[in-house]
Amino acid sequence: MTFRKYLVLFAVVIFGAGGDVCLARGMKDFGAVTSANWNQLFASLWNPWVLTGIGLLLLFLCSYLTALSWADLTYVLPATAISYVLMALLGKFFLHETVTVGRWLGIALITAGVGFVAGGPALTPAAYAHSKLDRPASHEHLEAQLSVATGAESDA
Amino acid sequence: MTGAATWAGIAAIVITATSGDVLQSRAMKEIGDLGAVRKSQGLSQVIRRVIASPQFMLGLLFMALAFASLLVTLSWADVSIVGPASASLTFIANALAARVFLKEHVDHRRWLAAASVAAGVALLAH
Repeated sequence: MTFRKYLVLFAVVIFGAGGDVCLARGMKDFGAVTSANWNQLFASLWNPWVLTGIGLLLLFLCSYLTALSWADLTYVLPATAISYVLMALLGKFFLHETVTVGRWLGIALITAGVGFVAGGPALTPAAYAHSKLDRPASHEHLEAQLSVATGAESDA
Repeated sequence: MTGAATWAGIAAIVITATSGDVLQSRAMKEIGDLGAVRKSQGLSQVIRRVIASPQFMLGLLFMALAFASLLVTLSWADVSIVGPASASLTFIANALAARVFLKEHVDHRRWLAAASVAAGVALLAH
């Protein structure tokens, strides 16, 4: 795990929580959507908060996919679960939602869970089997150059 | 709506969300380290490879299905039940599915992490 990889996990957390909070803030301008006023969903797409939320969630998807390209699913999911904590805190200070004792306890448990995996290995040996990550970096680089030169992978 | 329908809805969310995550994880492992691909072949090649992956597209479809089932289930029951129940059960289901389908080595440390995050998410409902 390099500093840049931790930065990608950090981006997953920030963009994920930020996106959800922006969506929640935007939808509060509309009230409950029911079968009687379902077309409000389309109107909500033009709300600046909702638009910002969608943009942030697209960035979330990009960083999430990047993380999955070099780490196990069972590493990425718990390691980025701290975003639930961030969402609760943003909900409290930004959307003025109440955070009860039970919720603080939940936040503590999530933080503990993140601590359990974040220090461990990101990719476990068995998962290398169908991954390209086990090849030495120098080989991967040469291979990539070769495929660019010959166009071997252009139809992949 | 009955409790049984709500739990069926939650089960649908958990199954489709887990399938989406597993498929996308597989797709990304097959493409390889996106950072390395970008360095050697450029960002456009990264985007092309991701979009051209059938597993990624299938994963995206399952994520859309998960979102649709979430919306439908939310119309039957409170968000304070559906949200945390589906999120925390998805954590556990993902640990199981990663072990079976991705052959990830889910050791005690990761089980403990998945379980405590799942419990924490459930508590956030209160």
